[in-house]
Amino acid sequence: MKTLSHYATSRRQRRRKVVNGIMLTLSGLTTVLIVVPLIWILTYVVRQGLPALSPQFFTQLPTPVGVPGGGIVNSIVGSAITVGLALIIAAPIGVLAAIYVASKPTTPLGLAVRFATDVISGVPSIIMGIFAYTVIVLPQHHFSAFSGGVALAFIMLPIIIRTTEEMLKLVPGSLREASLALGATEWKTSLKVLLPAAGNGILTGVMLAIARAAGEAAPMLFTAFGNSFMSTSLNQPIATLPQTVFVYAISPYEDWRAKAWATALVLITLVLSLNVLARLIVSWRQRRLGSVNR
Amino acid sequence: MTAQSKITASPFITLSTRIRRTWRHGDRVFQGLLILSSLLTLALVVAIGYELWKNSALSRQAFGLAFIFTSRWDPALNRVFGALPFIQGTLVTSAIALLGAVPLSLGTAIFLAELAPRWLRQPVGFLVELLAAIPSVVYGLWGLFVYIPAFVRPASLMLNKTLGWLPIFEGPVFGPSRLAAGLLLAIMILPTITAISRDVFLAIPDSQREAALALGATRWEAIWQVLVPYGLSGLLGAIILGLGRALGETIAVTMVIGNNLDLSLSLLHPGYTMSSVIANEFTEATYDLYLQALIEIGLILFVITLLINLIARLLIWRVSRRVIVEARA
Repeated sequence: MKTLSHYATSRRQRRRKVVNGIMLTLSGLTTVLIVVPLIWILTYVVRQGLPALSPQFFTQLPTPVGVPGGGIVNSIVGSAITVGLALIIAAPIGVLAAIYVASKPTTPLGLAVRFATDVISGVPSIIMGIFAYTVIVLPQHHFSAFSGGVALAFIMLPIIIRTTEEMLKLVPGSLREASLALGATEWKTSLKVLLPAAGNGILTGVMLAIARAAGEAAPMLFTAFGNSFMSTSLNQPIATLPQTVFVYAISPYEDWRAKAWATALVLITLVLSLNVLARLIVSWRQRRLGSVNR
Repeated sequence: MTAQSKITASPFITLSTRIRRTWRHGDRVFQGLLILSSLLTLALVVAIGYELWKNSALSRQAFGLAFIFTSRWDPALNRVFGALPFIQGTLVTSAIALLGAVPLSLGTAIFLAELAPRWLRQPVGFLVELLAAIPSVVYGLWGLFVYIPAFVRPASLMLNKTLGWLPIFEGPVFGPSRLAAGLLLAIMILPTITAISRDVFLAIPDSQREAALALGATRWEAIWQVLVPYGLSGLLGAIILGLGRALGETIAVTMVIGNNLDLSLSLLHPGYTMSSVIANEFTEATYDLYLQALIEIGLILFVITLLINLIARLLIWRVSRRVIVEARA
């Protein structure tokens, strides 16, 4: 009797141990599986894109199908213009809203803005494209770089608000109190003490927002529309890097597809280096501010 | 009052009070700017909804609720529009994405939060974040030329061969398909679900782990029977947030789904989603009703993602609040 029950428990215990081992191993395996697509995508983009890259690729305009050479200089310029415009619109509004939310997180407006930020960041980018289309393209009756920049600004806004808010919260409260105690007004404290103290963090948010906006193709389809010539006018259709990747990729021509990979390589290098840089700043900053707070 | 005015009569003090007054004025201006920016952010949400509603009026009046429940999409001849095939396509691809992504993401989140040695956590977390940073058009490019031929098509052929009698695995097998879109979406939403559920696990107080282990539970039992139920609403929130991303993803899906108005149930056939039909046909919509029908699809998508995000945020918020409340107690 005694030995039997003892046998049963030990068998049950062995089973629990086996289940434990299997599940913990599986959990490790899934982690490996998640990293696989990242490496798979990066190696392919580099392998396919590198051969088509040349100095001319960055300085020349696109060529028609079958004509050798040609580049994406118009898309590079177009991306810079639309993303730059988006930044000019979104950064001031985003930073100011973040200062408000960080200083008054529990007021009805503060809560509402935090909630709205979360909601906007979940709105699909193509909806932002439709919105910019109905607000700007429809009344103007033509596609434009301006409408593309506005669509990207809506995409940037929640990213800037959220990172800036997080970074402002990391600034020790003693800094703010010291500034107020020395007789500085609220706005001077915000602009001359809190913002510089959180400066790198805000830069990080801006960089992440640029990285995100620079990679958006969907809202550009019917705002910036694309352009195979050089354009620097806000009032004209304009080419952007992600849209160029899209157009070249779904084309039936072999040489355009090669250019799609090369353009993708340029785009992904830009986006990922912005991301890496931003993370480095954040981790450096958290370490420093962490020690101050302690 | 009189004493004060006497003091301000001195020229020196007048100057400093004047400066202080302008600064106080600055405070009010600054506060006003802050509130204005905040209100603008709020107004954006309302404005998007309003514009989509206003600009889909023609389509809403012409088809009413039937728009959602009918499958006829005939812009060329009869000018009749029904969004059902696209809604179905979006739901099907998102469901496949969740089936693929949830086990992998939760496994990784558990590994990162509970099992991994400290030195490994940050680098792996960083790789997951990079996966989130890859632009969706690059996912589409890779999906179209690498993922489909190397993985999705062979898998589809196998599914069709073994389970072809099921309507969902009906042939013929194409390259671009609903399955391809779903499996690509699965990769794209991995980082979202992983990062948030990792944070949920990290937010659970250590006392929960210690209590379970002290009662003799194995590590897996502690995770599965104590930590997962504890953080359940947060984990659900993470999954729903991933769902929201899958529902709205556009360019990558447009590139791999085949964009075909196919009414069969087969996952192996090319299909269409709400976002991909907007991306594909928006600039081709030659008359107002057509354009407004597409905008109405956008409206439906907007409302769905809004609700999804609302639910997800509330669920995640509940966990974080509960943790704070219990930590105080």
